[in-house]
Amino acid sequence: MAELMSLPDAVAAVVGDGDSVALEGFTHLIPFAAGHELMRQGRTELELIRMTPDLIYDQLIGMGVARRLVFSYGGNPGVGSLHRFRDAIEHDWPRAVEIEEHSHAGMANRYVAGAARLPFAVMRGYVGTDLVGRTQVAEIACPFTGEQLVAVPALTPEVAIIHAQEADRRGNVQLWGIPGVQKEAVLAAKRSLVTVERIVDELEPRPGATVLPNWVIDAVAAAPGGSRPSYSLGITARDNDFYKFWDELSRDRDAFVAWMNEHVLSEMAHR
Amino acid sequence: MSAEPTGAEPTAAEVQTVVAARRLRRAESVFIGVGRPSTAAILARQLHNPELVLVYESGTIGAKPVHIPLSIGDGELAETADLIVSVPEMFNYWIGPGRIDVAFLGAAQVDRYANLNSTVIGDYEHPRTRLPGAGGAPEIAASCGEVIVIAPHTQRTFVRKLDFRTTVGFGDGPGCRERLGFRGAGPTAVITDLGVLEPHPETKQLVLTYVHPGVEQAEVSEATGWELEIAAELRTTEPPTDAELVALRELVSR
Repeated sequence: MAELMSLPDAVAAVVGDGDSVALEGFTHLIPFAAGHELMRQGRTELELIRMTPDLIYDQLIGMGVARRLVFSYGGNPGVGSLHRFRDAIEHDWPRAVEIEEHSHAGMANRYVAGAARLPFAVMRGYVGTDLVGRTQVAEIACPFTGEQLVAVPALTPEVAIIHAQEADRRGNVQLWGIPGVQKEAVLAAKRSLVTVERIVDELEPRPGATVLPNWVIDAVAAAPGGSRPSYSLGITARDNDFYKFWDELSRDRDAFVAWMNEHVLSEMAHR
Repeated sequence: MSAEPTGAEPTAAEVQTVVAARRLRRAESVFIGVGRPSTAAILARQLHNPELVLVYESGTIGAKPVHIPLSIGDGELAETADLIVSVPEMFNYWIGPGRIDVAFLGAAQVDRYANLNSTVIGDYEHPRTRLPGAGGAPEIAASCGEVIVIAPHTQRTFVRKLDFRTTVGFGDGPGCRERLGFRGAGPTAVITDLGVLEPHPETKQLVLTYVHPGVEQAEVSEATGWELEIAAELRTTEPPTDAELVALRELVSR
């Protein structure tokens, strides 16, 4: 049952060193504040899972938090490369990171299987590509028609962290706009934390919204602006300039570390 | 920035975008990422095909942006979409079954069978350049009705052999897509800043069918990492009209 906590208490309660952690939010509602809190608390040796690593994983990887990365598209969307992600894979800086990569369809189906508590998902995909020899995917025959399909293993992170627009005081969560893969990530994970823009007395039902009841969530924490520089539809706007700024700043290791120390790790930052 | 008056000659990038937009005249729906494909699709909706359904990977189906989005997650896409779906739904219900007519894809490397690499340059374990990776491309290319590749025309991009096959075009040649069980027809055009390549109906190898205005055939051959076949009736791309250029420049300046 979801407990309302401060963000530092929630991260401390839900995430341990070495855990596999999925911070999801597909181009929208990316949980930056929670990712920053992981770094402030010095979490280490994490297996980080995320379809689109985006800037938040570039920061976590650059600060050496990840021992392993599971992903499907590691770019700065609309801008170019993720330079810390590249530096880690190309030059092992600041440390070597093991990678497991998939296609989006594969990752999405892995979460679906995890949420359904099935051992694997069946799909059409991967065949004919060099991904087949580099990742966890296996051929499987349809037991009814014999058609050759592929199976991908369920993804069951120890922790899922997502950001949403609203929660009520009992910890029920509502998010709207682009829903990504957050519902699947929360239901696939063993533990979950949802940060929210605001806590309200009563959730007002919205058409097309995703609702996660409090009994599938462990912790809810208020984090207004917690998806910046991505956005929370209807509440905060996407800061495109920051994505462009990051492309410049993150090319240089020293400039990156200095920026992280000043803007994320210092006691005053984001508090 | 404000819209350039016409009269200024179109740039190679503008020609590429205009040609891509023209390819969408008869499409019902188009799957797009950000960058030039998105600009081309928005332009196509504006000029050629107002009913064209724009489908972005973020889950926005029927988005009607009037600005060029920086990200496929931009709020304008969500706010103007006919429906918004989750990532699993996008791939399992919409892309996989082949409900989308045309997909635009980019790549860092393209080979003669229009197979694509967006994973690594160099060795996989120790890449010289780590690229973003597959994203949705493998399943999009397998299942959408047809694929149009948009890429810059250089020897770095048009290579004899891919460093990594992320996405299958025609695989190893004729019959390959059928053996793999793909629904879609595969690549129908590769639109570059120099011209247009289309697969030969039998061999499935890319053939240069159009050069853009002012581009020499030799220039295209030189920029291609294999001996490029030239169509017997090589044609020159119809130059962008004033209406196309004005609309494109106005869109870009918004």
